[in-house]
Amino acid sequence: MAASKTPGSHKYRVVGTRPIRPDGIDKVTGRALYGADYYFPGMLFGKVLRSPYPHARIKSIKFDQALKLPGVRAVVTADDLPEADRKPQQMGEQQVSPYYLSWNVLARGKVLYDGHPIAAVAATSPHIAEEALKLIEVEYEQLEPVMTVEQAMKPGAPILIDELRNPEDGPDQPTNVATHLQFKRGDLEAGFATADHIIEREFQTATVHQGYIEPHASVGLWNPDGHATVYTCTQGSFSVRTLATKVLGMPEGNLKVVPSEIGGGFGGKTTIYCEPVALLLAKKTGHPVKVTMSRTEVLRATGPTSGIKERVKIGATKEGRITAAQVWMAYEAGAFPGSPMAPGAMTVITSYDIPNLLIDGYDVVVNRPKACAYRAPGATAAAFGAETVLDELAEKIGIDPLDFRIMNGAREGTAQPFGPVFKRIGFIETCEAMKKSEHYQSKLTGPYRGRGVAAGFWFNAGFQSSASVYLNQDGTASVVTGSVDVGGSRASMAMIAAEVLGLDFDEVRPVVADTDSIGYTDVTAGSRVTFATGMAVYNAAQDIVRQLKERAGQLWECTPEDVEYDNSLLRTRADVLQPQQMTLKELAARFIRTGGPVVGRASVSTGGAGAGPAFAVACIDVEVDPDTGKVQILRATVAQDVGTAIHPSYVEGQIQGGTAQGIGWALNEEYVYDSKGILRNSGLLDYRMPTCLDLPELETILVEVPNPIHPLGVRGVGEVSIVPPPAAVANAIYRATGVRMRVLPMSPPRLLKALLQHRNGQEGQAAAGR
Amino acid sequence: MAKRTLVETTINNETVELLCEPRQSLLEVLRDELHMTGTKEGCMTGDCGACTILVDGRPVCSCLMLGVEAQGHKLETIEGLANGTELHPLQQKFLENAALQCGICTPGFLMSAKALLDKIPRPTEADVRYHLAGNLCRCTGYDKIVRAVLEAARENG
Repeated sequence: MAASKTPGSHKYRVVGTRPIRPDGIDKVTGRALYGADYYFPGMLFGKVLRSPYPHARIKSIKFDQALKLPGVRAVVTADDLPEADRKPQQMGEQQVSPYYLSWNVLARGKVLYDGHPIAAVAATSPHIAEEALKLIEVEYEQLEPVMTVEQAMKPGAPILIDELRNPEDGPDQPTNVATHLQFKRGDLEAGFATADHIIEREFQTATVHQGYIEPHASVGLWNPDGHATVYTCTQGSFSVRTLATKVLGMPEGNLKVVPSEIGGGFGGKTTIYCEPVALLLAKKTGHPVKVTMSRTEVLRATGPTSGIKERVKIGATKEGRITAAQVWMAYEAGAFPGSPMAPGAMTVITSYDIPNLLIDGYDVVVNRPKACAYRAPGATAAAFGAETVLDELAEKIGIDPLDFRIMNGAREGTAQPFGPVFKRIGFIETCEAMKKSEHYQSKLTGPYRGRGVAAGFWFNAGFQSSASVYLNQDGTASVVTGSVDVGGSRASMAMIAAEVLGLDFDEVRPVVADTDSIGYTDVTAGSRVTFATGMAVYNAAQDIVRQLKERAGQLWECTPEDVEYDNSLLRTRADVLQPQQMTLKELAARFIRTGGPVVGRASVSTGGAGAGPAFAVACIDVEVDPDTGKVQILRATVAQDVGTAIHPSYVEGQIQGGTAQGIGWALNEEYVYDSKGILRNSGLLDYRMPTCLDLPELETILVEVPNPIHPLGVRGVGEVSIVPPPAAVANAIYRATGVRMRVLPMSPPRLLKALLQHRNGQEGQAAAGR
Repeated sequence: MAKRTLVETTINNETVELLCEPRQSLLEVLRDELHMTGTKEGCMTGDCGACTILVDGRPVCSCLMLGVEAQGHKLETIEGLANGTELHPLQQKFLENAALQCGICTPGFLMSAKALLDKIPRPTEADVRYHLAGNLCRCTGYDKIVRAVLEAARENG
C-alpha cells in the first residue's frame, strides 16, 4: 500500500500523532446529522422550479394551479425577495454582490443558465411539491445563449447582464467582460530576446464540478417575531448568515445558522442556494421547510469551476534559466461576474522566479451556472498550461524537468508576480524530496507508458476566527469554534488545545458551534482552518494557561510570573520561591474558591491570502491504450510542503483527495452542453468522477517546512495538491505516446483522436474545440 | 395523494411494519418515513452508492428499489452494523485509518465492504477496488478506505 511518510520527530507531545477523530464514531454508525437529515414536527418539503433554457426573459409566472394541488402550502418567486443592494461586499476570500446573489437564488426578469431557479413550492411531501412544479406556468422569451468565453468576448455578442460594464470599454458599452486584470514586471520583449528557446501554446480546460457527494440541503424555521433559524450544510455558517440576511433583507442578528455535518464542499458550499428559499417558504407557511437538491440540480445550478482559454509563452536560455513569461487567460464566470480568474493569474507562474513577465486575466460571463470556488480556485486550470509549457521547454533544453523547476524555483525572498515577497517557503525542498523519492528514481518500462511531473502553488488563506476553551471541574476541556469540519479539523483543534494545556487528546472535546454560540469565524475555505482557527485555539488555550498561573499565584500568594506551567503541572519557579506544585486537576477542583470557572477566549485576524504559501509536486505514471485512448494511472506520488503536520493522517488524506480530484479533472470530468445550451450530463453516470478502480495507491511525501508566522508552524494543506495532476498527467501522456495534449479533459475520444492524428503525421495538438 | 400501502419487512433483525406510497423509493422510506438517516442520498440514480444497504445480504442501492419491494425481505442498514456499543471491525478500521473525511459516503462504503467481506473474507486489493467501485468518495482518493478494508479482513481472519 501507499508508502506515506511519517514526518520527522519534533518537539511536540500531541501534535504529529494520529489519534481517532472525536466525531468519527457518529460518522461510521450513521448517527451524524448532515444537511438533509433534520426532521421537525410539521415540516414541509420544498422543491425548486428551474429554467429549461440557458438564456431567456421571464415574461410571466402563473402559479394559481399549483397552489390548488392538495398538500401544497406556498409558492415563492423573486417577487417575495426585496430589491438587493448592488454594491459588492467583501466576504472572506470573495467579493459578493447581493444583487447578483439574489438574482441567482430566484431569477428576476431574466434566466441566465439551464437550471436557474425561478420559483419554489412547499408541500406536505417532496412528491407533491414536485407535482406542483409542473403546474407552474412560465412564459419565456428565449434569447441566444452564449456558452464560451470566445463567443462572449466577440464584438456584438449577446449581452447577459444589461447593466454590466468594465472600465476599459467605458460606461456606455454593455459587455460580458466583467474584469480585466494585469500583472507586469520587467521588460517582456528584452526578456524573450535573451531566450534561446521560446515555447508558446494555447490551452483549453472544461467546466468541472466540485463533486461533493452530499447535495445541498437546508431546513428553514421562521418565528413570528422575525427571528429565524436555518440548519444547513455549508462551509461557512457565518457567511450564510451574512449572505442570506442580505438577500432576505433582515437584520443579521435575527438569523441563527446551525451548520450540519457537511458531506463535502471543496469550495462549492461557500455561498447560498437553498437557505433563503427554505426561509422564505418557512416565513410564508409558518412551518419548518426542508429544501433539498437532487444531483441533477446540483450539477445544473451549483458549483462549477470555470473552464478557461489560456495562452502561455515562456522563454529560457540554453542553460535552463527562464528569462520571460507571458500568460493570457479568460475564465468563464458563469452567469454572474466572479470567476477565480484573479487567483489563477496570481498563481500561474508564481512558483518561479521570472524577471520579465506579463499576465492578463479576463473574467467573462457566459450562460452557465455561476462559478463557485473549487479547491485552490483558478490555480489548477492555469497551471495546466504553464506546467505543460515548462515540461516542453525542459525537454528542448535537455534538462531534467525537476532540475529545471529547482533552478528557477521561488525561494525565501523571491517576489511574487503581484508584489509580495515570499517568506520562508518549501518549494525547493518539495522538488528535491520528489527528486529523491523512490518513485522518481524508479524505472518505468513498457510500451505506451510514461511518467510526468508538474508543480503547483497556492497561497492559503488566513482571515478571521474565534475560539473558546472551557476548562471543566475535573480538569478536562472543551474547545468551541465556528469552523465547519470538512475533513477532520475537530481532531486538529482538540490536538492543538491538548498540546498547549498538557492534556491528553481524549481529555479535550471539540465542538463546532452555531452562529449564536461563538464569535464570528470566516468560512472553512482557503486551507485556513487548521492555520487560523488553530491559531485562535492555540491563543485561547494560552489564555487558559495565563489564568491558571493567576489562580495558582492566588493560592500560593505569589505573582503569576513566579508560576510555571508544564505538561498540566503548575509549580513555583525554583529560583525565587519555596517549591510548590499542583496538577491542573487539583487546581480545577479549586476553581470555585479562586474566582469561578476558567474560560479561555481568543480571536484572530490573520490577513488575507498568503498566510502560509504551499507548494506541491506530482509525479504520475500512466499507460495509454493506443486503441481506445483510455489512460490508466499506474502510480501517483505527490510531495507537498505542509508546514507542521498536526494530524499527519488527515494531511495525507487532503493530499490524496486533491490528487484524485486533479486526476478526474485531467481525464474525465467536463460539463457537456448541447448546441442549445442545455447540460447533457447532469448525473453521476455521465459526469464521471474517479472510482477506486480508476486510481492506484496515492503516495504522499510530507515536506515539513514550518510556517514562520504560526506558533506551531502550521501551513494550510487542503488545496494545493489538486493543482499539479492535470499537467503531470499530460506530461506523462506525452512521454507515453509523443502526443502533447492541450485540452482538458484528456478523455478517451479526445486522446484517441490526437493519437490518430499523430500517427498520420499531423501535429498532435488535439486542440479540438469542445 | 397516492394511497399508502402496508409493507412488512425486517430491518436490522427487527420486524417492521410501515406504510408508504408505491412511488416512494426504499431510500425515501428509510429516511422520510422511518427517519433512519444513516443511509444517505447522493444521486437517486444508483451511481454513487451512498445509499447502499444490504437486502438479503446483497448490496443494493436503496434509491433504486421501491419501498413496497422491501416486503418480506431482510434489510441491513448502517444503523445495525455495530453490535450494540461494539463497533464492527470495518467501522473500527475506518476510524483507525482515517478512511473518512466528510463521512457522507462512509455508511455506503461500510455496507458495500461488509457485503464483500461476508462473501470473500480475505480479499486482495484488486477484489476490494472491484467491489467498492460502485461507491463514490470525493474526499479521500480511496487509498485509506482500501487500506482500512484490507486491514479489517486481515484481522478478522
